[in-house]
Amino acid sequence: MVWKTALHHLLTNPPAPAVADSAQVQDLRARLKAASVIKLGRSLAIRHVPAGSCNGCELELRATQNLIHDLTQYGLSFTPSPRHADILLITGVAARNMVEAARQARAAMPDPAWVVALGDCAIDGGVFKSSPAVQGGADAIMPVDLVIPGCPPTPQQIVQSLLTLLEANSLEPMAKPRRVRSRGL
Amino acid sequence: MILLSPEDWAATQGKFIALWTDADYAYALYQPQQLVAVALQDGTYPALPHPGANWYQRLAHDLNGHTAQGATDTRPAIEHHRGPDFAAPWPDFPAPDVEGVHQIAVGPIHAGIIEPGHFRFSLLGEEVLKLEARLGYAHKGTLALMRGKSPRLAARYAARISGDATVAHSLAFAQAAESALDTTPPARAVYLRAIMAELERLANHTSDIGAIAADAGFAFLDARFALAREYICAAAATAFGHRLMMDIIIPGGVAGDIEPAGTEAIRDALAALESELPSLTRVFEDYASLQDRLIGTGIISPELAAAYHPGGYTGRASGQPHDARIEPGYPPYLDHPIHTPVQTEGDVAARLRIRLEEIPESIHLIRHWLHNLPTDALAYQLPPTTGMGLGVAESFRGPVWHWLHIENGAITTAFIADASALHWPLLEHAATTGIIADFPLINKSINASYSGVDL
Ligand code: SF4
Repeated sequence: MVWKTALHHLLTNPPAPAVADSAQVQDLRARLKAASVIKLGRSLAIRHVPAGSCNGCELELRATQNLIHDLTQYGLSFTPSPRHADILLITGVAARNMVEAARQARAAMPDPAWVVALGDCAIDGGVFKSSPAVQGGADAIMPVDLVIPGCPPTPQQIVQSLLTLLEANSLEPMAKPRRVRSRGL
Repeated sequence: MILLSPEDWAATQGKFIALWTDADYAYALYQPQQLVAVALQDGTYPALPHPGANWYQRLAHDLNGHTAQGATDTRPAIEHHRGPDFAAPWPDFPAPDVEGVHQIAVGPIHAGIIEPGHFRFSLLGEEVLKLEARLGYAHKGTLALMRGKSPRLAARYAARISGDATVAHSLAFAQAAESALDTTPPARAVYLRAIMAELERLANHTSDIGAIAADAGFAFLDARFALAREYICAAAATAFGHRLMMDIIIPGGVAGDIEPAGTEAIRDALAALESELPSLTRVFEDYASLQDRLIGTGIISPELAAAYHPGGYTGRASGQPHDARIEPGYPPYLDHPIHTPVQTEGDVAARLRIRLEEIPESIHLIRHWLHNLPTDALAYQLPPTTGMGLGVAESFRGPVWHWLHIENGAITTAFIADASALHWPLLEHAATTGIIADFPLINKSINASYSGVDL
């Protein structure tokens, strides 16, 4: 919980510069190296599940792969199959019509696995939270390990948050992944 | 608005855009901006014969329980939970009655980072005989959330109808509210809105063109176009404080001014794109292996397009010149003649060429407006009065229409028609002109919004 609060604090500070600067990239690389090798080997695969977004979060998630933000350089990549995934990354509200599919995607993932709620919608339903067509945020469907706030979060915020998740979990013993349950279920 | 008898309603000719219902009437909108209505009788109204009306009639049934009498397509549009106890049974997807036919089910979760939807292909070998799209997975009840709120409060829902077209939707919504409440926004706001709208067009055109090239195996083009999009979004963040420019356009004007550093940032991003565009465009023209994938793929014939008259590059690549910036038109485009490219091949390559051609035009418009920004106010307060208003904006993918009924300053009914509603049935047609391996290209070349129609 502590690191999550710290992260939240970090992300509500003024946004990072528009283009990733190389000092920051170096720093992230160094941090990641220390963290992931212990725990996860060299790479992590992300399965993205859209659970009822406006597609704004998808745009910025895709932008993490461009030449500026280049998420892949940190060993994080996207995979089409949940069976190959370490991270389930949910965008959008828990739309009633997507609940079952999102659950099935989580069930298809091998453990240890982390669930990330990306964007205000996925955190608690965002502006849509009072709608009857919506069950709430991602944690209405499954336990969530990390939230990345923003509407949508910027690519820098997404990259930094995902690396922080790696760091935090690398401190735990291999066999038992740490779960930070934000609420519910 | 013209109130018609049921007979006249069903016999109305014209280029159909959208249909919706409220508690008392069914409304139909035709190009360029003709709104007709018919009184509901026991919750029913006569079905319209236009092929584009099917989706809207299904939607009106799911949203409001109103039935189109005589409709041939009565499948649910977005409502999945129709079984007893709120269950969501899978619908039937009948395959064509051909020997050897088989089906492939894709989605709702797709392979890439895109929105959810289910595609059911019926195939003979690799050849696609039929595609049926099941939508509604991103249904969030947005229209209902808007009701009872002031236009200012409801604007945040309009901005989230489809994130890639947030500026266009906010603009159409603001114009609908302003027309309902008889307010003219200040000139500076009008110009800033148009600058944002053209930046949004550039951001989407560049990233989509790159994504199409990537699907055809040209990752290099994708990298360069994605970089152009990144520069545009970074410039938008510097200028307006948000990379997608969400929530900046509000009814009555704009929520904030352009930052002084933003003008330079935008000019730099435009210059970078402009200098690289010719060499990137040449790759499309020079590489036979790329052309082989794009030319003749996913054809929407001019006849088919004439039946649906879709907007945007999907229409323009199939002989439909419609551009809402020109007709019905809205300021500041009215003072500035724009050229809309039109082609007739109707394939992936034509849609891509249209988008490549639209880029220099947008660059030119943004530069012109940045140079000539008026200096009056940013926004005017809307009066808490009563009225009905229509607003339209040409998003990157086509016109988006917003219709608002406001009573004493609060929205009583709203409807939103994204251009995608007319693109989805065309995608189902276009998919059947090729093999299954071409579908990702065809889908990306049309790029219909899921959230924009799931509402
Ligand atoms: S958090 Fe914002 S950008 Fe992301 S899906 Fe929700 S409304 Fe769209």
